[in-house]
Amino acid sequence: MSDLPSKANVVVIGAGIVGNAVVGHLADLGWTDIVQIDKGPLPNPGGSTGHASNFIFPVDHNKEMAALTLDSQRQYEEMGVNTPCGGIEVARTPERMEELRRRMSSATAWGVEAELLTPEQVKEKVPFIDDTVILGGFYTPSVSVVDSLRAGTIFRERAQAKNALSVFPNTEVTDIEVEHGAVNAVVTDRGRIEAEYVVVACGCWSPRIAAMAGATIPLTPAVHQMIDVGPIDVLVETNNEIAYPIVRDMDTFMYERQSAGSMEVGSYAHRPIFHHPDDIPSIEESKLSPTELPFTADDFDPQLEDALELMPEILSSAEIKYAINGLLSLTPDAMPLVGETVEVRNLWSAAAIWIKEGPGTGRLIAEWMTYGAPSIDPHHSDIARFYDVNRTEEHVLARCAEHFNKTYGIVHPREQWESRRDLVVSPLRGRTDALGAVYFQAGVTERPQWYESNKALVDEYDVAERPHEWDARWWSPISTAEHLALRDRVGIVDLSAFVTFDVTGPGALDYVQRMVVNQVDKPIGSAIYTPVLNDHGGFRSDLTVKRLGEDHFRIVTGAFDGPRDEYWFRRHLPDDESVTFTDTSRSMVTIGVWGPHTRSVLSSITDDDLSNDGFPYGTTSEVDFGGITARLLRISYVGELGWEIYVGVDDAVALWDMIWEAGRPHGMVPVGGGVYGTTGRLEKGYRLMGAELESEYTPVEAGLARPRVKSADFIGKEAYLTARDVGPVATLCTFTVDDHMSVAGIPRYMTGGEPIVDSEGNRIVDARGRISIVTTAGMGPSVGKYLLMGYLPTELAVEGASFGVKYMNEVYPITVAVAGSTPLFDPDDARMKA
Amino acid sequence: MRVLVCVKRVPAPGARIVLTADAQEIDTKNLGFATSPHEECAVEAAVQLVADHGGSSTVVTMGPHESEEQLRYAVSVGVDAAVLVPTDGSDLDPQATARGLVSAITTLEDRDGRFDVILFGNESADSGGYQVGVRVARSLERPIVSGIKDIEVVGDQIVAKRAIPSGFEVYRLDLPAVLAVREGLNLPRYPTLPGRLKSRKAEVDSIEANPDAGGQRMVRFESPPEQESRTVLLGEGVAAVPAIVEVLEGLGIR
Amino acid sequence: MTATLVLLDHDRGLLSETALQAVAFARSLGQGVDAVLIGGDAEPIAATLGPYGVDRVHLIVHEHLSDFAPEAWGDALAQLVAISGAKVAVTTGTDRGNEVLAHLGAILDQPMVANVTTAEPGEPWRLSRIRWGGSLFEHVELEAPFRLMTVAPHSWESPQQAESTEPVIERFEPTLDETASRTRVVDRVTLNAGVTLATAPVVVSGGRGVGSADGFAPLEELAAMLGGVVGCSRVVTNNGWRPHTDQVGQTGTRIAPDLYIACGISGAIQHWVGAMASKKILAINTDPEANMMSKADYAVVGDLHEVVPALIEALR
Repeated sequence: MSDLPSKANVVVIGAGIVGNAVVGHLADLGWTDIVQIDKGPLPNPGGSTGHASNFIFPVDHNKEMAALTLDSQRQYEEMGVNTPCGGIEVARTPERMEELRRRMSSATAWGVEAELLTPEQVKEKVPFIDDTVILGGFYTPSVSVVDSLRAGTIFRERAQAKNALSVFPNTEVTDIEVEHGAVNAVVTDRGRIEAEYVVVACGCWSPRIAAMAGATIPLTPAVHQMIDVGPIDVLVETNNEIAYPIVRDMDTFMYERQSAGSMEVGSYAHRPIFHHPDDIPSIEESKLSPTELPFTADDFDPQLEDALELMPEILSSAEIKYAINGLLSLTPDAMPLVGETVEVRNLWSAAAIWIKEGPGTGRLIAEWMTYGAPSIDPHHSDIARFYDVNRTEEHVLARCAEHFNKTYGIVHPREQWESRRDLVVSPLRGRTDALGAVYFQAGVTERPQWYESNKALVDEYDVAERPHEWDARWWSPISTAEHLALRDRVGIVDLSAFVTFDVTGPGALDYVQRMVVNQVDKPIGSAIYTPVLNDHGGFRSDLTVKRLGEDHFRIVTGAFDGPRDEYWFRRHLPDDESVTFTDTSRSMVTIGVWGPHTRSVLSSITDDDLSNDGFPYGTTSEVDFGGITARLLRISYVGELGWEIYVGVDDAVALWDMIWEAGRPHGMVPVGGGVYGTTGRLEKGYRLMGAELESEYTPVEAGLARPRVKSADFIGKEAYLTARDVGPVATLCTFTVDDHMSVAGIPRYMTGGEPIVDSEGNRIVDARGRISIVTTAGMGPSVGKYLLMGYLPTELAVEGASFGVKYMNEVYPITVAVAGSTPLFDPDDARMKA
Repeated sequence: MRVLVCVKRVPAPGARIVLTADAQEIDTKNLGFATSPHEECAVEAAVQLVADHGGSSTVVTMGPHESEEQLRYAVSVGVDAAVLVPTDGSDLDPQATARGLVSAITTLEDRDGRFDVILFGNESADSGGYQVGVRVARSLERPIVSGIKDIEVVGDQIVAKRAIPSGFEVYRLDLPAVLAVREGLNLPRYPTLPGRLKSRKAEVDSIEANPDAGGQRMVRFESPPEQESRTVLLGEGVAAVPAIVEVLEGLGIR
Repeated sequence: MTATLVLLDHDRGLLSETALQAVAFARSLGQGVDAVLIGGDAEPIAATLGPYGVDRVHLIVHEHLSDFAPEAWGDALAQLVAISGAKVAVTTGTDRGNEVLAHLGAILDQPMVANVTTAEPGEPWRLSRIRWGGSLFEHVELEAPFRLMTVAPHSWESPQQAESTEPVIERFEPTLDETASRTRVVDRVTLNAGVTLATAPVVVSGGRGVGSADGFAPLEELAAMLGGVVGCSRVVTNNGWRPHTDQVGQTGTRIAPDLYIACGISGAIQHWVGAMASKKILAINTDPEANMMSKADYAVVGDLHEVVPALIEALR
């Protein structure tokens, strides 16, 4: 029992699959002087890894998760701890069969072999299933079980073989010291270790450990119930740990997995059962392990009946030998918590990561710590994605309670949360309510998606309904009508979900220059749309910078990326206090007014010059509306003449009313996010961060490279210059859907995320291994086509070329309408600049 | 043959026991509850006796309403009927427990006939008083032997064996008889899925008993002191063998 | 003040290891100590009790007391209590001790407190006792005209007194009918001649690390060389590698050998409870951080499959 060192380069807390993967990959990337500690013994310290069911179903709809899972499965395979057994997700309902078809599309996207099975075919593979209760199955031969404890040992040994790692089990962290906002040391019951970096890979204990440093890791330990039923002759006879495919009984939220001679039956169907990280028993107090809590049988009883129904032959006589309430980690949005904590520099979170994505996420974190950015875009896993209100225990518990039973659920891409709504409501809420707004949550703010008061426009513009419920879910034809009315007349948009930051001080210009790609050293009153890159030259964000003064910039970014952007900007503030960075989102309200009649409407309520010469496109200026001063920015995300109007909270309603009254004679309509976020921008080819824009692509590929590069240095410049020299490997395209008719004779409308396929139905992968998938899908009402955006290998990105999109396991023909960023609608931007 | 088995709901710690702040109770926040291990064997024995000799089995417990969980568990592995003698959940002394059980057993026997065999666990896992079975048997004027690890019914008699260091003592008891059994008597089965589902629907009979308290009163609990480690590391692998031999010689074992 | 009665647990004239510990406890109560021996075959013991501070020995004899008979022992003891006027009766907390005193408690309708570690006479008496096989102490108030207690094994050392006394031996013949002797030993089955798990001076025990039933062969050999027996942890009996009679633990056998050798046993608390009374513990485990390793007196980090054969070789 050697002594703890007093210093380390990095301390990794936790020796479950995640901590082990992190130390293994850090060592692979050349890190040395790594110390790993865990309060439990090895190889099973008593966390969730020790009781995991250890199986991997590689097909997930989320691209980031699919990439992490597939990488993890490859790593398990390389370590020799991956045993393919196949897996079948069975459907008991027609809705689930549709979901299985959707999974077929995702399988194509990720290049995973899969097929749909009839009930009889399912029974051939799993003879003890009652095939009369199912409608079919989705079979993935590569589904596997892994030995996650063994993998952990291999990771550690790999790092130890490089003399990069020392491991200290049975060592409990008692404090984490922070100095000047950065992590400084880890204090344990065996001594204190000074460390440059600390990684919290403590599974469901992570919030408790992070809190020692004053950081938050918003997850909750939650129960997943599992029973072991056996012995079962037909399984015993296989003489194998696993010989039959794992069955996921999707509609009952359960799985049945052979474990040698018995069957493990697990459930996500019971009521959500949460524990507090501080209340998890210690190792000494635990009968089995701290994360294998006493089984609460009453919660599982309904599932017994479901299991018996599916596999009556084998489950009716075998005994329940073992049953646990296993703890795992849940987060508010069911994605991992990865990256540097927003509160403490060099304190990293590696939490809420399950067995199936453990090694891949370990690699991602190691790359991120090493290079400043990982090779897989961590957009959905980034711990910086949360607003403060999303980090509270109340929020975590409410959201986890809502999504726990959706673990095997059918989750729509546009699905809205029921809990934790109205966290932030616009000061204009009274007005938008009166207009029948239907709200979607944008970040934390409720944003009108469409207005029921515009229903009459649907007939006026003869907008078609979507006949399939799935396609029409969380959508309204009103959005299309609002779009057309805006293009015809004028629309008013509540944009209060915007996130704004004010940057002031003598260092402001240099600082903003360094943060963004485009030139911001422009005359006061200028507005600059610009990419923000990471060190690799991949997208970190895109946003608008307004120069309000010599030393005063205002940054405007979208609701979904506000917290990530805030983290990124604050992380790069100079140490000399020459720059002040303030979140001003809540001090003003943004109202958008666009459409051909905008100038007439606004000119009727101000004496200031709004003419094209007096207020050119891309500029910002203060305007007086009868005593109310507002800042106007002439810009448009929908491709029409108009302004973003920034007004103080106190004046917002009065100004809205003034504009609304002035607009009525011009046929003004309220316009929701369906237009602003989808249809309007699609027609204009505008890119959205998190959809088209991600760190795996460069501005050159996204069509956002400007002719010239500013001389000032900025983050990612070197990589950006290289990307410009090399040219694009992929090109962002806009496609039109040529035929919507399904085999069943119902027109279908993609939702986004589907694979783009070649004439043989195969997925398309570019020279850097990136897959062509639909980044955004939506109507282009003014071009009369359904539009898709997505990247193609540059050599294939030819306007007029034909491809297919695989939606619900059927291929629909599509054509490249635009290769690059030229808008499909009003390509010269004449309307916007009128 | 009518068999009664008496069980107790006990917390199921596997490790260090945590007390509430006032040291009046075990902190069961993170603990499950179980039937005492000896009594699990008693339940199994009851099921087997009825399977082999016909008749019916009944399980009884004295405890809070939550004790239904243990009664249903017994039903889920094959016991036919369940009876709860409800208490307020506070710690009952052994005399009170025995009095309550005697009253309930008398009620049950008056109603449905005599039990041929009454089974107890040798002692409960939590309080370990080693006496409730003896007190009940004495009250009912029936023979009892404790520490039983083997049961065989031969005619009107029951042959019971109890483990002692050198082997077994053999007892021969006339029925009706009472036995307090030990773990190792048998390997208790686990419930099947249908068994568990059946037990959910089983009716639990309730018999009131309000026994007088006895003379033993729990004041508070206390955790034993943590043991300090004074481990001497003799070495690694086979290199440690000479050191082991030295220790053996030092202890006079060799 | 009348003396404390101490029933000495014996089996056909052989005192149980912990029998005299009850005498030490009884002496701590500050009254005279009268020993009680039941059965004619216990008579030779009476003469050996001189060094232990016993004032008087009651030798209870009856034709029905030729072998252990729990109900008859209880009845006989109750009659002795009545004629002696004793208000306190103690014995050791062995199976027999607890059983006989439970009978006494039932006959007298008095409380009986099992596994007591300390007692402080007064109004009421304040006792402490063990629960959960020793992992919890309970403080108890005892309010009763008769105080019946069994003494937690190994909580007291057997008494030693330099000056030997000559205890008075008094014979007592109780009145016992057939009913009282209906529960008595009618036969004995000897399972294993020689040392048993409970009495062996050395126990070589194996856990999950042994890996299989066959893996116990070297442990058997080592145990035989050291004059001991083989034990095991609960996981071993659950896996069917050894019979339940070999299990050391809270629910198996609790042992107190001179040396306990734990091979590949992690040391879960339920096992520890059964082994912790061992005088010395030697743990052999590949995991230096295993619970048993930190609780043992001696630890060897290594694979038992290598260390045990090498040790056998060295001892040969």
